[in-house]
Amino acid sequence: MSEPVLTVSGLRAWYRTSAYGVSREVRAVDDISLSIAAGEIYGLAGESSSGKTTLIKTIANAIQPPLEVLAGSVVFRFGDRPVDIHRISREALGKIRWKHLSYIMQGSMNVLNPVRRVRHTFFDFAFRHIGRPKPEFLQVVRDHLQRLHLAPDVLDAFPHQLSGGMRQRVTIALATVCRPEFIIADEPTTALDVVVQKGVLAMIHEIQRELGSSIIFVTHDMAVHANLTDRLGIMYAGRLVEEGRTADIFRAPRHPYTAHLIASLPRLGDTAPKKGLDGAPPNLADPPPGCRFHPRCPRASDICRREAPPMAELSPGHRAACFHPEPERPA
Amino acid sequence: MGRILIDLLRFNRQFAVGLVLLAIVLGFALLSFFSPYPPNDSFVVPPDVPPSWAYPMGTTSRGQDLFWLLTFSIRNTLLFGVTVALISRLLALVIGLVAGYCGGLVDRALMSINDTFIVIPLFPILVLFYFVMKDHMSWGLLALMMACLGWAYDARLIRSVALSLRTREFTETGIFSGMSMRQILVEEHLPYVLPIVFSTTMNNINWSIGLEVTLSVLGFTDINTPTIGVLIYWANQHTALVAGIWWWIFFPVLLVILAFIGLFLLAVSMNEYIDPRSRLGRSGG
Amino acid sequence: MTGYPLYLLTRLGQFALVVFIGINIAFIVTHATPIDPVEQSIAAATQFGSTSPEAIALMRQSLKELYGLEGSLGDQYVSFWSRVATGDFGPSLSAFPTPVSTLIGRALPWTVALLVVSTLLTWVLGNLLGGLAGYYRRSKALRFAGILAMTFHPIPYYIVAFLLLIVFGYLWPVLPISGGYKMNMTRDWSWEFIGSVAAHAILPVLSLALVGLGGWFMGMRSLVSNIVTEDYVAYAELGGVERRRILGSYVMRNALVPQVTGLAMSLGSIFNGAIITEQVFGYPGVGTLLVSAVHVGDYSLVLGITTVSIVAVSVAVLLIDLAYPLLDPRVKAR
Repeated sequence: MSEPVLTVSGLRAWYRTSAYGVSREVRAVDDISLSIAAGEIYGLAGESSSGKTTLIKTIANAIQPPLEVLAGSVVFRFGDRPVDIHRISREALGKIRWKHLSYIMQGSMNVLNPVRRVRHTFFDFAFRHIGRPKPEFLQVVRDHLQRLHLAPDVLDAFPHQLSGGMRQRVTIALATVCRPEFIIADEPTTALDVVVQKGVLAMIHEIQRELGSSIIFVTHDMAVHANLTDRLGIMYAGRLVEEGRTADIFRAPRHPYTAHLIASLPRLGDTAPKKGLDGAPPNLADPPPGCRFHPRCPRASDICRREAPPMAELSPGHRAACFHPEPERPA
Repeated sequence: MGRILIDLLRFNRQFAVGLVLLAIVLGFALLSFFSPYPPNDSFVVPPDVPPSWAYPMGTTSRGQDLFWLLTFSIRNTLLFGVTVALISRLLALVIGLVAGYCGGLVDRALMSINDTFIVIPLFPILVLFYFVMKDHMSWGLLALMMACLGWAYDARLIRSVALSLRTREFTETGIFSGMSMRQILVEEHLPYVLPIVFSTTMNNINWSIGLEVTLSVLGFTDINTPTIGVLIYWANQHTALVAGIWWWIFFPVLLVILAFIGLFLLAVSMNEYIDPRSRLGRSGG
Repeated sequence: MTGYPLYLLTRLGQFALVVFIGINIAFIVTHATPIDPVEQSIAAATQFGSTSPEAIALMRQSLKELYGLEGSLGDQYVSFWSRVATGDFGPSLSAFPTPVSTLIGRALPWTVALLVVSTLLTWVLGNLLGGLAGYYRRSKALRFAGILAMTFHPIPYYIVAFLLLIVFGYLWPVLPISGGYKMNMTRDWSWEFIGSVAAHAILPVLSLALVGLGGWFMGMRSLVSNIVTEDYVAYAELGGVERRRILGSYVMRNALVPQVTGLAMSLGSIFNGAIITEQVFGYPGVGTLLVSAVHVGDYSLVLGITTVSIVAVSVAVLLIDLAYPLLDPRVKAR
C-alpha cells in the first residue's frame, strides 16, 4: 500500500477554560492515532460529544481557544512532501486549504455568508487557487455546478433563497471545485430530511469517485457509514475505541460499545425491543479512570476500572481498545 | 447573591472599580446628614474663598461652603436618578413581560409603541414641559415625567428575555396547573429577568441624571432644590469660570463624572456576568 | 402580501405611529398644565413697563387665536394637527412678526449638517474600531481605545461639551468656542467662509463624537465577538480566505446589519445630544433657538421646534429603514 494521505499520531486536544475562578479541562480528544489512504472514505462514528467534531477540527487545524493541542501530530502528504498541519505558517496553510484540503461542514444552514450572494463565496474560497481571469473562473464554477446537476443560477442567489438541501449541495460543490485530494465532511447530512439526505450522499460519493479524493466522513448515523464508508473508526469519550474495514466491523464488532451501536440499528423484520445502554456518556472534564466505557459496559472487570486498554490489532486491519473484546466471528 | 458579589469583586475589575467609585459618591452624599448648614442658606461663609483647610472645596460667590452644598446636591441628584429608575422599572417590567408572554399581536402592538418612545427626541419635549409648567415645575414632577418617557429601551430588553421564557417548560406547566397570567409573570418569569433589570437600572439612573443635570444647568428645573445641575447653573449665573472661581465648577463636575463612570461600569460588568456565554464558562462540571 | 412591500408598509406604519404619538405627547403636555400659555406670554410681554388693560385684552384675544386655544378641547386638537400638517406655527413672539417656520427653517440646516457629520463620523469610526477590537482581541492599542471610549460614553453630552468649552475656551484657547462661523463674515461660499464654518464645527462635532463613540465601539465589539463564532466565519477560515476579507466581508459586514438598526433607534437621543451641544457652543441650530425661545417665553417657537424635531427625527429613521434592505437581503424574504 502506498503512503497514507493523512497520518494522525498520539493526538491530544483539550478545552481549557477559566472564568470567575473556575477552571476546567475537557479532554475532548485523548491520544488518538489513525491513518487514511488515498481514495479512501474513512468514517468516524460515535454519539454526540464523543469528541468527533473536536478531532476533525484539530485535523483541519481550526483551533481556537479554549481548544488547545497538547501532544501528537497531524501529517498530510499531498504529492511527495509530508506537512504537519500544526507546524506550518499561516501562508503555507492558506495555500493548502481548499486546493488540497477542503471541508464540508455540519449545519449547512449557516455556512454561507447570509448577506452576500453565493457567487462571492466561490470567489473568496476558490479564485486564488484556480488562477484564471474572472470570466473564465466563473465558467469553471458553472461547469462544475452543472456536473453536480446544479443550475448555475444558484450563484446569483442569497443563501436564504435556497432550501437546506440545496445549500448543502452548493457547499459540496464549493468544497470540490478545486479538486482537492482530501475532504473533511462533518455531519453533512445530519440537518437534512431523509430523501434529501440520500441525494446528498449520492452526490458526495459520485464526486469522490470522479476526483479520487480521500474523505473523512463524520456522522453518528451508523446506517450512513454502512452505505458509504470503506473503513470506520468508532469514538467514545474522546478516544478511538475500534477501527477496521466497515464491512468487518458491521459483521463482527469487537468493542462492546461498537457492538451496542450496531445492535441498536433497526433492521427489516426485527421485532425484538431495543436495549438501551445504562447511564450517560462520561463527563469529559472528569472522565472515569481506566477504560472510559467501563461504567456502562456489560463486560467490565476489575482491570477495566484500573487501566486504560491500549489499541491492539485483533485481526489484520481491525483494531480495538478492550481487555475483553467480543469474540471473533469467522467471515 | 453574596457569592455573586464576591465573585464579581474578585474576578471583574470593572465591577470593582465601579463599586469603589460609587461608594465614594454615595459616602459623600451621606455626609449631607452631618452638614452644619441647611442646604438653601446662603451667605453663611465668606464668598469666593479658594479651597483651603477650612473650606476643602472652597466657597461659592453666594457664600456657601461648597463641600457641604455638594453633599446635598449629589444626594438629591442620586435620589432623582433612583426615583426615575424605580418608576420606569415598573413600566418597563410590566410592558416587557406582558409583550414577551403574550407574543403575537399584543407583542407587536406594544413593541411598536415601545419603539416610538425610543425614537422620539425627549429633550425638546422635556423643555416644552418645563416651558408650560414654569414655577410649578418640581423635582418630583420632572422625575415622574422622565419615568413616563424613559422606560422603552429597557422594556425591549426585558421583552426579549421574556419571549424566550414563554416557550420554556415551566411556563406551560404553570398554564396547565391553572396559574393566572399575573401569577406566572410575577412568580415564574420575574426572577429570570431580574438580573437584566439590575443592569438596566444602572444605565437608566445614568440617563436620568444626565438629563436632569442638563435641564438644571440650563435653568429648566426647580432651581431652588440643590442638585449637581443646579449647582453648575448658579456657578454659570455668577460667571464663575470668567471670575476664576474654578472650584465651583470643578468639584461638582468631577463628582458627577465619578458617579456616571461608576454606574456605567457596574452596568457593563453585570451585563457581562449575566451574558449566557460567560455563564457557560463559569458553570462547573 | 410578503417581501419588500410588506416591509415598506410596516415601516411607514411605524413612521406614522411615531409622529402620531409624538405630536399627541406634545399636545397633552401643552394642554394638561395648570399654566395658561397665553397668560404666560402676556406676563412675559408686560413684565417691563405698564400696558393698558385694553391692550392686554386685545393681546389675549389674538394670542388665543394664534395658539389655537379657542373652542373646545376637540377643536383645539384638530387645529393643533392642522398646524402640524401645514407647518404653520404662527408668528414668533420674540421675533415678531417673523413666522416660527422661518426661524426654524433658518436654524434646521445647521443642526442637520452638524448631526449628519458627527453621526457619520462617530458611527463609522466607532464601528471600525469596535470591529477591529472584537476581531483582534489581543491588541493592546485597541484595548486602550476601548477604555478611553468607555470612559467618555457614560458622561452626558452637556458635561462633555462643557469640559471641551473649558479646555479650549479658557485653558488652551485655540479653537472657536461660539457661533457657527466668524462674526461679521459675509455668508458667501468662499473658502474663507467654509473654513470658518468648519473650524466652528470642530468642538460641537468633537463632543458629540466623544460621547457617541463608546456606544458604537462596545456594541460592535460584542457583536463581532459573537459573529466570529458563527459557522460562516469558521468556514471561511477553513477555506483559507484572507483574514482581511473575512474581517471585512464576513464579520463586519454581518455585524453592520444590527448596527444600522441601532443607528435608527438612537437617532432620537443623538438629536437630544446635538441640541444640548449646540446650546453650549452657541451654534446657530435649533438647539440654541429652543433654549433662547424658552428664556424669552416664546410659546409658539418652543412648540414649533418640538413638533418639527419629532417629525424630523421620524423622517430620518424612516430613511434609514428604507435603505436597510440594501444591507440585509433577508428582509425581502420575511
